[in-house]
Amino acid sequence: MITKRIIACLDVHGGRVVKGVQFVDIIDAGDPATQAARHAREGADEIVLLDITATHEGRATLLDTVRRTARELFVPFTVGGGIRSADDAAQVFEAGADKVSVNSAALADPMLIDAIGRSFGAQAVVVAIDARRDPNTADPVRNAQVFVQGGRKPAGRRVVEWAREAEDRGAGEILLTSMDSDGMRTGFDCELTAAVSEAVGIPVIASGGAGTVDHFTDVFGRGKADAALAASIFHFGVSSARSLKQELAKAGISMRLPC
Amino acid sequence: MGVTVIDYKAGNLTSVLKALRHLGAEPEVTDGDLAPVESAERIVLPGVGHFAATERLDATGLTSAIRAAIARGVPFLGICVGMQWLYSGSSEAPSQPGLAHFTEQCARFPESHEKVPHVGWNSLEVRPGSRLLAGVEPGEFVYFTHSYKAPVTVDTAATTFYIESFASAVERGNVMGVQFHPEKSGATGLKILRNFLSFDQKGTA
Repeated sequence: MITKRIIACLDVHGGRVVKGVQFVDIIDAGDPATQAARHAREGADEIVLLDITATHEGRATLLDTVRRTARELFVPFTVGGGIRSADDAAQVFEAGADKVSVNSAALADPMLIDAIGRSFGAQAVVVAIDARRDPNTADPVRNAQVFVQGGRKPAGRRVVEWAREAEDRGAGEILLTSMDSDGMRTGFDCELTAAVSEAVGIPVIASGGAGTVDHFTDVFGRGKADAALAASIFHFGVSSARSLKQELAKAGISMRLPC
Repeated sequence: MGVTVIDYKAGNLTSVLKALRHLGAEPEVTDGDLAPVESAERIVLPGVGHFAATERLDATGLTSAIRAAIARGVPFLGICVGMQWLYSGSSEAPSQPGLAHFTEQCARFPESHEKVPHVGWNSLEVRPGSRLLAGVEPGEFVYFTHSYKAPVTVDTAATTFYIESFASAVERGNVMGVQFHPEKSGATGLKILRNFLSFDQKGTA
Protein backbone atom coordinates (compact mmCIF):
# COMPACT_ATOMS: atom_id res chain seq x y z
CA MET A 1 0.00 0.00 0.00
CA ILE A 2 1.24 3.46 -0.88
CA THR A 3 2.24 5.45 2.17
CA LYS A 4 1.88 9.13 2.96
CA ARG A 5 5.23 10.86 2.89
CA ILE A 6 6.84 12.95 5.61
CA ILE A 7 9.28 15.31 3.95
CA ALA A 8 11.93 17.15 5.91
CA CYS A 9 12.44 20.65 4.57
CA LEU A 10 15.66 22.56 5.00
CA ASP A 11 15.34 26.27 4.31
CA VAL A 12 18.86 27.35 3.45
CA HIS A 13 20.24 30.86 3.58
CA GLY A 14 23.90 31.54 2.89
CA GLY A 15 24.73 27.82 3.11
CA ARG A 16 23.10 27.39 6.55
CA VAL A 17 19.74 25.91 7.53
CA VAL A 18 17.45 28.62 8.89
CA LYS A 19 13.92 28.90 10.12
CA GLY A 20 11.80 32.02 10.00
CA VAL A 21 8.31 32.92 11.10
CA GLN A 22 6.26 33.92 8.04
CA PHE A 23 9.54 34.27 6.12
CA VAL A 24 11.06 36.85 8.51
CA ASP A 25 12.88 36.68 11.88
CA ILE A 26 15.34 34.10 10.53
CA ILE A 27 17.37 31.99 12.99
CA ASP A 28 20.24 29.56 12.40
CA ALA A 29 19.49 25.83 12.59
CA GLY A 30 22.63 24.10 11.38
CA ASP A 31 24.55 22.64 8.45
CA PRO A 32 22.41 21.38 5.52
CA ALA A 33 24.39 18.18 4.82
CA THR A 34 24.42 17.20 8.50
CA GLN A 35 20.73 18.01 8.94
CA ALA A 36 19.67 16.15 5.78
CA ALA A 37 21.61 13.03 6.79
CA ARG A 38 20.11 13.17 10.26
CA HIS A 39 16.56 13.49 8.96
CA ALA A 40 17.04 10.58 6.57
CA ARG A 41 18.50 8.48 9.38
CA GLU A 42 15.60 9.41 11.63
CA GLY A 43 13.01 8.27 9.12
CA ALA A 44 12.20 11.19 6.81
CA ASP A 45 10.86 9.83 3.51
CA GLU A 46 12.31 12.62 1.47
CA ILE A 47 14.45 15.73 1.81
CA VAL A 48 13.74 19.15 0.32
CA LEU A 49 16.35 21.90 0.33
CA LEU A 50 15.03 25.37 -0.46
CA ASP A 51 17.48 28.18 -0.95
CA ILE A 52 15.15 30.84 0.36
CA THR A 53 17.34 33.77 -0.56
CA ALA A 54 18.31 32.77 -4.09
CA THR A 55 15.41 34.27 -5.97
CA HIS A 56 15.20 37.76 -4.64
CA GLU A 57 18.90 38.24 -4.26
CA GLY A 58 19.46 36.93 -7.75
CA ARG A 59 21.95 34.30 -6.70
CA ALA A 60 22.39 30.91 -8.28
CA THR A 61 21.48 27.90 -6.17
CA LEU A 62 24.30 26.84 -3.91
CA LEU A 63 25.59 23.96 -5.98
CA ASP A 64 28.29 23.07 -3.48
CA THR A 65 25.74 22.76 -0.71
CA VAL A 66 23.61 20.55 -2.94
CA ARG A 67 26.57 18.38 -3.88
CA ARG A 68 27.67 18.00 -0.27
CA THR A 69 24.13 17.25 0.92
CA ALA A 70 23.44 14.73 -1.85
CA ARG A 71 26.66 12.80 -1.35
CA GLU A 72 25.45 10.30 1.24
CA LEU A 73 21.70 10.73 0.82
CA PHE A 74 19.79 7.72 -0.57
CA VAL A 75 16.25 9.02 -0.32
CA PRO A 76 14.63 11.40 -2.83
CA PHE A 77 16.20 14.85 -2.73
CA THR A 78 14.51 17.99 -4.08
CA VAL A 79 16.22 21.35 -4.50
CA GLY A 80 14.54 24.70 -5.04
CA GLY A 81 15.48 28.34 -5.12
CA GLY A 82 16.97 30.35 -7.94
CA ILE A 83 16.22 27.87 -10.73
CA ARG A 84 15.33 30.08 -13.68
CA SER A 85 16.19 27.95 -16.69
CA ALA A 86 16.52 24.36 -17.83
CA ASP A 87 20.30 24.92 -17.64
CA ASP A 88 20.04 25.96 -13.97
CA ALA A 89 18.01 22.79 -13.38
CA ALA A 90 20.58 20.66 -15.21
CA GLN A 91 23.34 21.94 -12.90
CA VAL A 92 21.28 21.13 -9.82
CA PHE A 93 20.55 17.61 -11.13
CA GLU A 94 24.21 17.14 -11.94
CA ALA A 95 25.03 18.14 -8.35
CA GLY A 96 22.83 15.31 -7.09
CA ALA A 97 19.21 16.49 -6.85
CA ASP A 98 16.49 14.10 -7.99
CA LYS A 99 13.86 16.79 -8.43
CA VAL A 100 13.90 20.54 -8.74
CA SER A 101 11.30 22.84 -7.32
CA VAL A 102 10.41 25.90 -9.39
CA ASN A 103 8.31 28.78 -8.17
CA SER A 104 8.54 32.39 -9.33
CA ALA A 105 10.55 31.58 -12.45
CA ALA A 106 7.78 29.24 -13.60
CA LEU A 107 5.20 31.97 -13.04
CA ALA A 108 7.28 34.40 -15.08
CA ASP A 109 7.83 31.81 -17.81
CA PRO A 110 5.50 28.79 -17.53
CA MET A 111 7.33 27.12 -20.45
CA LEU A 112 10.11 26.43 -17.93
CA ILE A 113 7.96 23.59 -16.56
CA ASP A 114 7.64 22.05 -20.03
CA ALA A 115 11.35 22.48 -20.71
CA ILE A 116 12.60 20.79 -17.53
CA GLY A 117 9.99 18.03 -17.85
CA ARG A 118 11.05 17.30 -21.42
CA SER A 119 14.71 16.93 -20.49
CA PHE A 120 14.45 15.24 -17.10
CA GLY A 121 10.95 13.76 -16.91
CA ALA A 122 7.82 15.02 -15.20
CA GLN A 123 8.79 13.19 -11.99
CA ALA A 124 11.72 15.61 -11.65
CA VAL A 125 9.64 18.79 -11.69
CA VAL A 126 7.95 20.06 -8.55
CA VAL A 127 6.01 23.28 -8.91
CA ALA A 128 6.03 25.18 -5.63
CA ILE A 129 3.14 27.50 -4.99
CA ASP A 130 3.10 30.07 -2.20
CA ALA A 131 -0.55 30.69 -1.47
CA ARG A 132 -2.67 33.04 0.57
CA ARG A 133 -6.41 32.86 1.03
CA ASP A 134 -8.23 35.85 -0.40
CA PRO A 135 -10.35 37.06 2.54
CA ASN A 136 -11.99 39.78 0.48
CA THR A 137 -13.98 37.33 -1.61
CA ALA A 138 -16.99 35.10 -1.00
CA ASP A 139 -14.82 31.95 -1.30
CA PRO A 140 -11.38 32.71 0.17
CA VAL A 141 -10.12 29.17 -0.55
CA ARG A 142 -11.24 28.88 -4.19
CA ASN A 143 -9.94 32.38 -4.77
CA ALA A 144 -6.67 31.90 -2.90
CA GLN A 145 -3.90 33.85 -4.62
CA VAL A 146 -0.40 32.89 -5.67
CA PHE A 147 2.41 34.97 -4.16
CA VAL A 148 6.02 35.37 -5.26
CA GLN A 149 9.27 36.74 -3.86
CA GLY A 150 9.04 34.86 -0.61
CA GLY A 151 5.41 35.83 -0.09
CA ARG A 152 5.98 39.52 -0.68
CA LYS A 153 4.16 40.07 -3.94
CA PRO A 154 0.89 38.77 -5.44
CA ALA A 155 1.40 37.05 -8.79
CA GLY A 156 -2.10 37.77 -10.04
CA ARG A 157 -2.98 34.09 -10.37
CA ARG A 158 -5.47 31.93 -8.53
CA VAL A 159 -3.84 28.96 -6.81
CA VAL A 160 -6.15 26.23 -8.12
CA GLU A 161 -5.87 27.42 -11.71
CA TRP A 162 -2.09 27.73 -11.57
CA ALA A 163 -1.82 24.21 -10.10
CA ARG A 164 -3.91 22.86 -12.99
CA GLU A 165 -1.80 24.68 -15.56
CA ALA A 166 1.39 23.34 -13.94
CA GLU A 167 0.04 19.81 -14.21
CA ASP A 168 -0.94 20.32 -17.86
CA ARG A 169 2.56 21.55 -18.60
CA GLY A 170 4.11 18.44 -17.12
CA ALA A 171 4.76 19.08 -13.44
CA GLY A 172 5.12 15.88 -11.46
CA GLU A 173 4.09 17.23 -8.06
CA ILE A 174 2.72 20.39 -6.45
CA LEU A 175 4.34 21.77 -3.30
CA LEU A 176 1.68 23.99 -1.76
CA THR A 177 2.74 26.36 0.99
CA SER A 178 0.14 28.28 2.92
CA MET A 179 1.69 31.66 3.63
CA ASP A 180 -1.07 32.28 6.15
CA SER A 181 0.03 29.28 8.22
CA ASP A 182 3.77 29.12 7.55
CA GLY A 183 5.87 29.08 10.69
CA MET A 184 2.84 29.56 12.94
CA ARG A 185 2.60 25.95 14.19
CA THR A 186 -1.19 26.26 14.18
CA GLY A 187 -1.83 23.57 11.56
CA PHE A 188 -1.85 23.21 7.77
CA ASP A 189 -4.47 24.96 5.67
CA CYS A 190 -6.46 21.77 5.06
CA GLU A 191 -9.26 23.40 3.07
CA LEU A 192 -6.84 24.96 0.61
CA THR A 193 -4.78 21.75 0.35
CA ALA A 194 -7.92 19.70 -0.35
CA ALA A 195 -9.10 22.19 -2.98
CA VAL A 196 -5.79 21.87 -4.86
CA SER A 197 -5.48 18.10 -4.36
CA GLU A 198 -8.97 17.56 -5.81
CA ALA A 199 -8.23 19.85 -8.75
CA VAL A 200 -5.14 17.98 -9.99
CA GLY A 201 -4.20 14.37 -10.71
CA ILE A 202 -0.62 14.66 -9.44
CA PRO A 203 0.53 14.42 -5.83
CA VAL A 204 0.21 17.46 -3.60
CA ILE A 205 2.70 18.14 -0.84
CA ALA A 206 1.24 20.28 1.93
CA SER A 207 3.46 22.82 3.62
CA GLY A 208 3.19 25.50 6.24
CA GLY A 209 1.90 25.39 9.78
CA ALA A 210 2.94 22.02 11.19
CA GLY A 211 3.16 22.11 14.97
CA THR A 212 1.63 18.89 16.31
CA VAL A 213 1.02 15.31 15.22
CA ASP A 214 -2.69 16.04 14.88
CA HIS A 215 -1.93 18.65 12.25
CA PHE A 216 -0.43 15.93 10.05
CA THR A 217 -3.33 13.54 10.67
CA ASP A 218 -5.62 16.35 9.62
CA VAL A 219 -3.83 17.26 6.39
CA PHE A 220 -3.58 13.61 5.27
CA GLY A 221 -7.28 13.16 6.09
CA ARG A 222 -9.49 16.08 5.23
CA GLY A 223 -6.62 17.93 3.55
CA LYS A 224 -6.22 15.04 1.06
CA ALA A 225 -2.46 15.64 0.94
CA ASP A 226 -0.18 12.96 -0.48
CA ALA A 227 2.81 14.22 1.47
CA ALA A 228 3.53 16.82 4.09
CA LEU A 229 6.52 19.05 4.50
CA ALA A 230 7.88 19.96 7.88
CA ALA A 231 10.75 22.11 8.96
CA SER A 232 10.30 23.52 12.43
CA ILE A 233 8.83 20.38 13.98
CA PHE A 234 12.07 18.56 13.24
CA HIS A 235 14.50 21.17 14.42
CA PHE A 236 15.87 21.66 17.90
CA GLY A 237 14.95 18.11 18.93
CA VAL A 238 11.21 18.78 19.01
CA SER A 239 10.52 15.45 17.37
CA SER A 240 11.91 13.07 14.77
CA ALA A 241 10.30 11.91 11.57
CA ARG A 242 10.28 8.37 12.98
CA SER A 243 8.38 9.25 16.15
CA LEU A 244 6.01 11.43 14.12
CA LYS A 245 5.38 8.55 11.71
CA GLN A 246 4.83 6.08 14.55
CA GLU A 247 2.18 8.40 16.01
CA LEU A 248 0.54 8.86 12.61
CA ALA A 249 0.50 5.09 12.03
CA LYS A 250 -1.32 4.69 15.36
CA ALA A 251 -3.87 7.20 14.08
CA GLY A 252 -4.45 4.97 11.03
CA ILE A 253 -2.34 6.84 8.46
CA SER A 254 -0.32 4.58 6.16
CA MET A 255 3.39 5.19 6.81
CA ARG A 256 6.74 3.71 5.79
CA LEU A 257 7.64 1.87 9.01
CA PRO A 258 10.01 0.65 10.23
CA CYS A 259 12.24 3.27 8.69
CA MET B 1 33.46 -4.18 -9.11
CA GLY B 2 32.95 -3.21 -12.70
CA VAL B 3 29.55 -2.06 -13.92
CA THR B 4 28.63 -0.40 -17.20
CA VAL B 5 25.89 2.21 -16.90
CA ILE B 6 23.95 3.07 -20.03
CA ASP B 7 23.19 6.76 -20.61
CA TYR B 8 20.44 7.27 -23.16
CA LYS B 9 19.93 10.93 -22.32
CA ALA B 10 16.66 10.37 -20.49
CA GLY B 11 17.10 12.12 -17.20
CA ASN B 12 19.74 12.11 -14.65
CA LEU B 13 22.32 9.43 -13.85
CA THR B 14 23.90 11.13 -10.85
CA SER B 15 21.92 9.32 -8.16
CA VAL B 16 22.46 5.87 -9.67
CA LEU B 17 26.20 6.46 -10.08
CA LYS B 18 26.45 7.81 -6.54
CA ALA B 19 24.73 4.74 -5.08
CA LEU B 20 26.90 2.33 -7.10
CA ARG B 21 30.08 4.14 -6.03
CA HIS B 22 28.90 4.17 -2.42
CA LEU B 23 28.76 0.35 -2.65
CA GLY B 24 32.34 0.18 -3.93
CA ALA B 25 31.60 -0.24 -7.62
CA GLU B 26 33.47 1.58 -10.36
CA PRO B 27 30.80 2.50 -12.89
CA GLU B 28 31.70 3.23 -16.49
CA VAL B 29 29.17 5.29 -18.41
CA THR B 30 28.47 4.91 -22.12
CA ASP B 31 26.09 6.92 -24.25
CA GLY B 32 26.88 5.16 -27.51
CA ASP B 33 30.34 3.64 -27.34
CA LEU B 34 29.74 -0.11 -27.60
CA ALA B 35 33.09 -1.24 -26.15
CA PRO B 36 32.06 -0.81 -22.48
CA VAL B 37 29.02 -2.99 -23.18
CA GLU B 38 31.03 -5.61 -25.06
CA SER B 39 33.46 -5.93 -22.14
CA ALA B 40 30.92 -5.34 -19.37
CA GLU B 41 31.01 -7.31 -16.15
CA ARG B 42 27.52 -6.05 -15.34
CA ILE B 43 25.14 -3.62 -17.01
CA VAL B 44 22.73 -1.15 -15.43
CA LEU B 45 20.14 0.63 -17.55
CA PRO B 46 18.64 3.42 -15.46
CA GLY B 47 15.83 5.55 -16.69
CA VAL B 48 13.41 8.18 -15.71
CA GLY B 49 11.15 9.84 -18.18
CA HIS B 50 9.51 8.71 -21.38
CA PHE B 51 9.65 5.26 -22.99
CA ALA B 52 10.22 6.92 -26.39
CA ALA B 53 13.70 7.95 -25.20
CA THR B 54 14.81 4.30 -25.50
CA GLU B 55 14.84 4.88 -29.30
CA ARG B 56 18.37 6.17 -28.72
CA LEU B 57 19.45 2.67 -27.69
CA ASP B 58 18.46 1.38 -31.12
CA ALA B 59 19.99 4.33 -32.97
CA THR B 60 23.37 3.94 -31.27
CA GLY B 61 23.54 0.16 -31.62
CA LEU B 62 23.43 -0.27 -27.86
CA THR B 63 20.31 -2.46 -28.12
CA SER B 64 22.18 -5.11 -30.13
CA ALA B 65 25.24 -4.88 -27.91
CA ILE B 66 23.09 -5.31 -24.78
CA ARG B 67 21.26 -8.25 -26.36
CA ALA B 68 24.59 -9.93 -27.04
CA ALA B 69 25.86 -9.22 -23.51
CA ILE B 70 22.71 -10.73 -22.03
CA ALA B 71 23.19 -13.82 -24.21
CA ARG B 72 26.75 -14.11 -22.81
CA GLY B 73 25.26 -14.20 -19.32
CA VAL B 74 26.27 -10.71 -18.20
CA PRO B 75 24.07 -9.64 -15.26
CA PHE B 76 21.70 -6.90 -16.39
CA LEU B 77 19.58 -4.59 -14.24
CA GLY B 78 16.98 -2.23 -15.70
CA ILE B 79 15.60 0.50 -13.44
CA CYS B 80 12.19 2.13 -13.95
CA VAL B 81 11.89 2.76 -17.73
CA GLY B 82 14.98 0.54 -17.97
CA MET B 83 12.89 -2.33 -16.58
CA GLN B 84 9.97 -1.55 -18.89
CA TRP B 85 12.35 -1.64 -21.86
CA LEU B 86 12.95 -5.36 -21.17
CA TYR B 87 9.37 -6.03 -22.31
CA SER B 88 8.00 -5.91 -25.88
CA GLY B 89 6.95 -2.31 -25.55
CA SER B 90 4.81 0.19 -23.70
CA SER B 91 1.57 1.96 -24.52
CA GLU B 92 3.45 5.14 -23.58
CA ALA B 93 5.20 4.98 -27.00
CA PRO B 94 3.47 2.27 -29.04
CA SER B 95 5.74 2.64 -32.08
CA GLN B 96 8.93 2.13 -30.04
CA PRO B 97 9.78 -1.54 -29.47
CA GLY B 98 11.44 -2.74 -26.29
CA LEU B 99 14.04 -5.50 -26.04
CA ALA B 100 11.27 -8.14 -25.84
CA HIS B 101 13.28 -10.29 -23.45
CA PHE B 102 9.93 -10.58 -21.70
CA THR B 103 7.14 -10.80 -24.24
CA GLU B 104 4.45 -8.81 -22.41
CA GLN B 105 3.60 -5.13 -22.86
CA CYS B 106 3.73 -2.33 -20.31
CA ALA B 107 0.66 -0.19 -19.88
CA ARG B 108 -0.57 2.86 -17.99
CA PHE B 109 -2.31 2.40 -14.67
CA PRO B 110 -6.06 2.14 -15.31
CA GLU B 111 -8.32 5.09 -14.53
CA SER B 112 -9.43 5.15 -10.92
CA HIS B 113 -9.91 7.58 -8.08
CA GLU B 114 -6.19 7.21 -7.28
CA LYS B 115 -3.63 9.64 -8.63
CA VAL B 116 -1.32 8.74 -11.51
CA PRO B 117 1.71 8.92 -11.38
CA HIS B 118 2.25 6.50 -8.52
CA VAL B 119 4.72 8.51 -6.43
CA GLY B 120 6.09 7.54 -3.07
CA TRP B 121 7.10 4.65 -0.86
CA ASN B 122 5.24 1.39 -1.37
CA SER B 123 5.88 -2.14 -0.19
CA LEU B 124 7.30 -5.17 -1.96
CA GLU B 125 5.81 -8.65 -1.83
CA VAL B 126 8.84 -10.69 -2.83
CA ARG B 127 8.28 -14.03 -4.52
CA PRO B 128 10.38 -16.97 -3.34
CA GLY B 129 13.61 -17.62 -5.20
CA SER B 130 14.52 -14.07 -6.24
CA ARG B 131 18.27 -13.62 -5.99
CA LEU B 132 18.10 -9.90 -6.66
CA LEU B 133 15.77 -9.39 -3.71
CA ALA B 134 17.47 -11.84 -1.36
CA GLY B 135 17.30 -10.54 2.20
CA VAL B 136 14.38 -8.18 1.50
CA GLU B 137 11.76 -8.88 4.14
CA PRO B 138 8.04 -8.98 3.36
CA GLY B 139 6.60 -5.49 3.32
CA GLU B 140 9.88 -3.59 3.01
CA PHE B 141 9.36 -0.21 1.33
CA VAL B 142 10.93 1.23 -1.80
CA TYR B 143 10.46 4.50 -3.69
CA PHE B 144 8.39 4.62 -6.88
CA THR B 145 7.63 7.33 -9.41
CA HIS B 146 5.92 6.11 -12.59
CA SER B 147 2.68 6.06 -14.58
CA TYR B 148 3.30 2.90 -16.62
CA LYS B 149 3.95 -0.58 -15.27
CA ALA B 150 4.59 -4.19 -16.22
CA PRO B 151 2.07 -6.99 -15.73
CA VAL B 152 2.45 -9.80 -13.19
CA THR B 153 3.76 -12.97 -14.91
CA VAL B 154 5.80 -16.08 -14.09
CA ASP B 155 8.97 -13.97 -14.30
CA THR B 156 7.77 -11.47 -11.69
CA ALA B 157 10.15 -11.32 -8.72
CA ALA B 158 8.06 -8.95 -6.59
CA THR B 159 4.63 -7.43 -6.78
CA THR B 160 3.35 -4.13 -5.44
CA PHE B 161 -0.23 -2.96 -5.12
CA TYR B 162 -1.33 0.44 -6.39
CA ILE B 163 -4.74 0.55 -8.09
CA GLU B 164 -3.91 -3.04 -9.03
CA SER B 165 -1.12 -5.53 -8.50
CA PHE B 166 1.82 -4.93 -10.83
CA ALA B 167 5.34 -6.28 -11.28
CA SER B 168 7.66 -4.16 -9.14
CA ALA B 169 10.58 -6.46 -9.98
CA VAL B 170 11.27 -9.00 -12.71
CA GLU B 171 14.00 -11.61 -12.84
CA ARG B 172 14.89 -14.49 -15.13
CA GLY B 173 18.45 -15.78 -14.94
CA ASN B 174 20.85 -12.89 -15.47
CA VAL B 175 18.16 -10.42 -16.57
CA MET B 176 16.57 -8.32 -13.86
CA GLY B 177 14.50 -5.19 -13.60
CA VAL B 178 13.00 -3.03 -10.87
CA GLN B 179 10.20 -0.53 -11.35
CA PHE B 180 11.21 1.36 -8.22
CA HIS B 181 14.38 3.38 -7.66
CA PRO B 182 16.82 1.37 -5.54
CA GLU B 183 19.21 4.33 -5.57
CA LYS B 184 16.54 6.35 -3.72
CA SER B 185 15.12 3.62 -1.50
CA GLY B 186 17.32 3.93 1.55
CA ALA B 187 18.86 0.83 3.12
CA THR B 188 16.50 -1.53 1.27
CA GLY B 189 17.51 -0.12 -2.10
CA LEU B 190 21.21 -0.31 -1.30
CA LYS B 191 20.78 -3.95 -0.23
CA ILE B 192 19.23 -4.74 -3.64
CA LEU B 193 22.00 -2.96 -5.55
CA ARG B 194 24.59 -4.75 -3.41
CA ASN B 195 22.97 -8.08 -4.35
CA PHE B 196 23.17 -7.13 -8.03
CA LEU B 197 26.83 -6.14 -7.77
CA SER B 198 27.62 -9.53 -6.24
CA PHE B 199 26.47 -11.35 -9.39
CA ASP B 200 28.94 -12.20 -12.10
CA GLN B 201 28.74 -13.68 -15.53
CA LYS B 202 29.39 -17.27 -14.42
CA GLY B 203 27.20 -17.15 -11.35
CA THR B 204 24.14 -15.98 -13.18
CA ALA B 205 24.36 -17.85 -16.46
